[in-house]
Amino acid sequence: MTEYVGIVIVSHSLDIARGAADMVRQMVGEEVPLAWCGGNADGGLGTDVAAIKAAIETVYGPAGVAILVDLGGAETNSEMAIELLEESWRDRVLICNAPIVEGAVMAAVEASGGAALEDVRATAEELSP
Amino acid sequence: MAPDLLDTMLSATAAVIRDNAEALTALDQAIGDGDHGINMKRGFAAIEAEKAAVVALALPQALQKIGMTLVMNVGGASGPLYGSYFMAMGKAMPPEAVTVAALAEALTAGALAVQQRGKSAPGEKTMLEVLVPVADAVRQAAEAGMSMDALLAAVREAAARGLKSTRDMLATKGRASYLGERSIGHLDPGAQSSQLLVDSICDVVATALAATKVEGV
Repeated sequence: MTEYVGIVIVSHSLDIARGAADMVRQMVGEEVPLAWCGGNADGGLGTDVAAIKAAIETVYGPAGVAILVDLGGAETNSEMAIELLEESWRDRVLICNAPIVEGAVMAAVEASGGAALEDVRATAEELSP
Repeated sequence: MAPDLLDTMLSATAAVIRDNAEALTALDQAIGDGDHGINMKRGFAAIEAEKAAVVALALPQALQKIGMTLVMNVGGASGPLYGSYFMAMGKAMPPEAVTVAALAEALTAGALAVQQRGKSAPGEKTMLEVLVPVADAVRQAAEAGMSMDALLAAVREAAARGLKSTRDMLATKGRASYLGERSIGHLDPGAQSSQLLVDSICDVVATALAATKVEGV
């Protein structure tokens, strides 16, 4: 059985996170583990470390997890969430420097072919200028 | 630190953030995404709600709990930034017999953690413009053997000067960096909240010192 790299989408907006996840599902299918979160704890725009950590834990497996983020706070909060993970997991969770929607789709396409975590990230990051 | 002093500090900082939340939001609307006031208010209200548990801890653990509460409740980038600040201070702080020199070490460790978390350095129009000079002022006070009154005055002055310096800076980090040149002319919201917190903690210490003097202890 293939272990696929998991994908986590972290946006400031719940709607953007959910929409990007919908696009991944439609274009890549169901086999890649996918989780998403958006908005702060009050339901407004923002990102929430606890929610990001929970999303990572939902999809984490031996193949690791690639995270796609939108603006700066999403990256900072994702880095914080990674540091709060079990120590043995931390090196297997990477943040991709890529546009959130295109990056999520490309990362998931790469992951669905059974690619390693570093290759999944590299593919997503090719989209960055 | 005496638990009642920490208790007073937590109430005072929560109050100053609550009272200035709209002003912080207004600053953030000028050069950020307009959520700094409400995010900070949420974070410091969460700390106040856990105050009894926090003050029951030894100072290093209390600081780490404050940091983690901010990380989990603030919701913007300032959560991990302030959270890392307090967590690093907690790790660096001795459990008892906190000297001015030890406080300076802890403040320096906190400012360094903010630099690492934000991948930032002083001069980029961030809260570091306040946090780094404050740590330096406390270190200089320790080296010079300053009185507590002189230390408080130096710390307040360093924070105020640092805050003021952000007005003419060009933002290269965070949301404000998207504005480029247009970020010049506005105070940085993170530096403003840092200055408010520093000033509020100085107020609490000054009041406690005055009370001690009156009692003649």
